Amino acid sequence: MALLTFDVHHNKRQAYVSMGLLLALLLAFPFAASQFGNSWVRIIDIALLYIMLALGLNIVVGFAGLLDLGYIAFFAVGAYLTGLFSSPQFAALLESVVNYHPAIGESLISVFGPDIQQNGIHLSVWAIVPLAGLVAALFGALLGAPTLKLRGDYLAIVTLGFGEIIRIFMNNLNDPINFTNGPQGINMIDPIRIFGVSLAGEAGSQSTVYIGGYGMPSVNAYYFLFLLLCIATIFVTSRLQHSRLGRAWVAIREDEIAAKAMGINTRNVKLLAFSMGASFGGVAGAMFAAFQGFVSPESFSLTESIAVLAMVVLGGIGHIPGVVLGGVLLAALPEVLRHVVEPAQMAMFGRVIIEAEVLRQLLYGLALVGIMLVRPAGVWPSPNREERPNAALARDDEEEAAAV
Amino acid sequence: METFVQQILNGLVLGSMYALVALGYTMVYGVLNLINFAHGDVLMIGAMVGLSILQLLENHFPGLPGFVQLAIAILGAIPVAMLVNVLIERIAYRRLRNAPRLAPLITAIGVSILLQTFVMAMPWWGRSPLPFPQLLSSDPIMLGGAMISQTQVLLLVLAALAMVGLVLLVERTKMGRAMRAVAENPRVAGLMGVDSNSVIVATFAIGAALAAVAGVMWGANYASITFTMGVLPGLKAFCAAVLGGIGNIYGAMIGGLLLGIIEALGAGYIGDLTGGFLGSHYQDIFAFVVLILVLTLRPSGIMGERVADRA
Repeated sequence: MALLTFDVHHNKRQAYVSMGLLLALLLAFPFAASQFGNSWVRIIDIALLYIMLALGLNIVVGFAGLLDLGYIAFFAVGAYLTGLFSSPQFAALLESVVNYHPAIGESLISVFGPDIQQNGIHLSVWAIVPLAGLVAALFGALLGAPTLKLRGDYLAIVTLGFGEIIRIFMNNLNDPINFTNGPQGINMIDPIRIFGVSLAGEAGSQSTVYIGGYGMPSVNAYYFLFLLLCIATIFVTSRLQHSRLGRAWVAIREDEIAAKAMGINTRNVKLLAFSMGASFGGVAGAMFAAFQGFVSPESFSLTESIAVLAMVVLGGIGHIPGVVLGGVLLAALPEVLRHVVEPAQMAMFGRVIIEAEVLRQLLYGLALVGIMLVRPAGVWPSPNREERPNAALARDDEEEAAAV
Repeated sequence: METFVQQILNGLVLGSMYALVALGYTMVYGVLNLINFAHGDVLMIGAMVGLSILQLLENHFPGLPGFVQLAIAILGAIPVAMLVNVLIERIAYRRLRNAPRLAPLITAIGVSILLQTFVMAMPWWGRSPLPFPQLLSSDPIMLGGAMISQTQVLLLVLAALAMVGLVLLVERTKMGRAMRAVAENPRVAGLMGVDSNSVIVATFAIGAALAAVAGVMWGANYASITFTMGVLPGLKAFCAAVLGGIGNIYGAMIGGLLLGIIEALGAGYIGDLTGGFLGSHYQDIFAFVVLILVLTLRPSGIMGERVADRA
């Protein structure tokens, strides 16, 4: 019996106790970590965003069994949407329209008014988050629609191509109409402001956020926001997993033809998997943009898609606690290594022999290859055998017996 | 008109490289029903090894003529790429041969990342773009108003030779017959006395050799290589293989050339077609659009047989 269990159905009391313990630890964490410097909390902030991404991808890959290699595109959609609608970028967009086609530009300006022409649009977080989720969901459906009939491996390549296409557009949609500001990316994105409190801290406060009379570093404030979002994501995805829709996803994952024969509308259910998974990616992207204050196409490369996939695969495809563990391991570990390994090498050999970036990629690659070869259900697979992906990943014992 | 001829020539050059890589995808797919995702990175390894050989030649035997150097580089890169691809098969795919198809695909992605990381970590390669020496004379050859460089002519000749050689190998030799038999039905081929493992190893080796040729020539043509250079050509070559009908070697050749021409023409004319709204930097999009169109309209491709749609 594991020390911590999150299996509410079989062991209710122990599950609630371990959840409570974990929550207390998580709430105390930033105060302990910030003693060693804010950069450690920052690492965890980013890790929390990756966990959100991994949970979203888990809906597509884990529940529905559709291998999506372009998932970071939805993250990018959310981030760029935030960049466009809560920074001065919209002013630059209007200006480029005026230069390209004065008549359309002037009429747009008369619609939006002189203030937006000067300063761009600055939507509040309450509008940005649902908008990012919705638009990303739309893109998810857009990707899903032409790929519905494709077999698993073709689907993987098409989604990968989709990710690349989005990246190409991000890089080039600055001319003649400046949507994305091209390779330079969008700057000066507004920090998140909740009930009038800016999570980046007010000007002159040295990134300290004051709530009432109490102040804490900006990274801690973001930590609590991201933690809340992560918990919400875990809650929603675990409820989804055991819903009618979740069962339909699993049915499709295990045998699409059989699922269809049982009366599941496979087209709609697959589209829902794509768009629901994508919407989590979009929200995470919006948070990322506001947190960094800056987005550029570099943050959304193929490597990032593969990194998120590696988190899902390492932890345990389809098992939410496993995916969270995978996210923690693969998002935080490389950053910790960056802080530990390079200085250690400097101290020992006087120069950096293995760069942290190399180690990071090495971890992703090894996670993907090693897990598939040794333990295809992941390091923390679901305790219930029927919840593990069989048709998609684990070796089919009967088939193997027949093949020998 | 001149632009048109020029773009067709560019397309043929690009397409012959895609075709060489697409052959590797399609042959492996033919025998194993597996997308060897790391194939693009085998091309990259070929280019890197070729570059290192050229540097060694430069240091130890200066003054060799350019095409001799290039020939040595290609001949040296081929066995290394073969070894790498055979090792990939042995380590990452063989144990998963009877596993459901997503499992080897995921290991393939992992292998691709590992190969890139390996090259990135090597002090003599590293992560920044490496200049590839100009070996053949840079004087272009004029052809009906269009220009083609000598490197590109050599590339076309090499690609044609490699493809003829491959066709002879597959159609005329015992190994080729064994390959076709395994592609048709591995179990029955095994019963007929074909050692399917050695056939599979041979398939990976041949695919890698073609990719190595493409890799070195890619470097010679574009004069710069990096550890991520294999990703995009690999993806596009896969699109080419699907366009031609995956599993069919003639399809891969036609698909590769066709995709090259589509890309070149698309890049050349997209600006005029969209009134300057989209420019030639959208070149990379065409391959994926073609892929999605082919998969929706005619999943079996130009030459392929019907593909069963069982997941």
